[in-house]
Amino acid sequence: MVAATLALIHALLLVGIAAWTIAARRTFAAVVGFVAYGLLLSIAWVVLSAIDVALTEAAIGSGLTGVLLIGAAARLRATETAISVERPGPSLRWLAALTSAAVAGAIAIAVLSLPDPAPTLAPAVAQYMSVTGLGNAVTVVLLAYRALDTLLESIVVVFALIGVWSLAPDRVWGGRPGPLHEADPNGILAYLARLLPPIGIIVGLYIFWIGADLPGGKFQGATILAAMWLLVMMAGLTDAPPISRTWLRILLVAGPLVFIAIGFAGALTAGAVLAYPDEYAKLLIKVIEAALMPTLVLTLALLVAGAPERTARR
Amino acid sequence: MSFFLDSFTVAAVSAGAFFFLAGSVGLLRFPDALSRLHALTKADNLGLGLVMLGLLPRADGLLAALKLVFVWLLVLLASAMVSQMVARVARRGGSPS
Repeated sequence: MVAATLALIHALLLVGIAAWTIAARRTFAAVVGFVAYGLLLSIAWVVLSAIDVALTEAAIGSGLTGVLLIGAAARLRATETAISVERPGPSLRWLAALTSAAVAGAIAIAVLSLPDPAPTLAPAVAQYMSVTGLGNAVTVVLLAYRALDTLLESIVVVFALIGVWSLAPDRVWGGRPGPLHEADPNGILAYLARLLPPIGIIVGLYIFWIGADLPGGKFQGATILAAMWLLVMMAGLTDAPPISRTWLRILLVAGPLVFIAIGFAGALTAGAVLAYPDEYAKLLIKVIEAALMPTLVLTLALLVAGAPERTARR
Repeated sequence: MSFFLDSFTVAAVSAGAFFFLAGSVGLLRFPDALSRLHALTKADNLGLGLVMLGLLPRADGLLAALKLVFVWLLVLLASAMVSQMVARVARRGGSPS
């Protein structure tokens, strides 16, 4: 009874804050609503015992995307009043509302019309999980059964970064991303940027390492490490590297390349692309994750840092 | 014994929830950014501290209990730092509304 009431309150809060985010007039207010919505959503995933999804939602869905949206809102602030004058006409807005409602309705119908119990592959995953030597079923699915999805995901984030970089004007191409952050070297931000990273780095690496057997993994761990790097950059203690640096570009493609190489080696050693020989499965999966880790940290942090705005010299 | 521990948990978590409620009321009712920040950080620090204290007897093992304390300390650090920075912007006359 108590649990049901709590779940109902939680669901109402989620729907309420989603509606508020859509209705908010100011971009910044809408972004704040979106972040709060993501955090509430990750609690919902915890209630559903999907801890991996909850961690990803909190780290990437709410945290990283929230930071990207706050950056976008700050850039749009100067033009916001001018833009809000030219609001789309009522017919266009009704059309957009109807299309969104139709999509949401179709998804709701699809979910509600699932047979009870819903079709699931979970027993099959649990039965053959021991072959890989991993203890976390989510990692097994992500890196063994659906490795292709994860490979494409890791390539997509690099493409997204290239897309951001391509917004740079020609004269600063190859330069340093974002504005130069200058903060008081004895100020509170610099203090936090010295105090927090040692803790954050350990937590990030722990979440990455524990992902083999318990909820966690490379995306969540990489987000924490990227956040630590961004904190140090924003406090002005270090600068973003120029995007023309060779080490940077090598690390950016190293993760997907190692993944592809091991994937194709599987065709020879295990009989299928992206398959692993049984006795080496855990080792190879860990190698792939370890290679993806620097790629993800750099990509996520540099996505937030933005397009190059300055030449390589400070 | 367990009755006393349970009563302790109920009392501490309820007190924590009260501070959160009071902080939220302050956030909505106080007139300017600095006093709103004051209400908010009081609620976070004391409220979360009391909730954490109440949950300590229910943690399975010393390590889990230490993790709870650690989470509270991290939130303390974050809220102290962030409120400092927001206050600085507010004093310079920016509007963090």
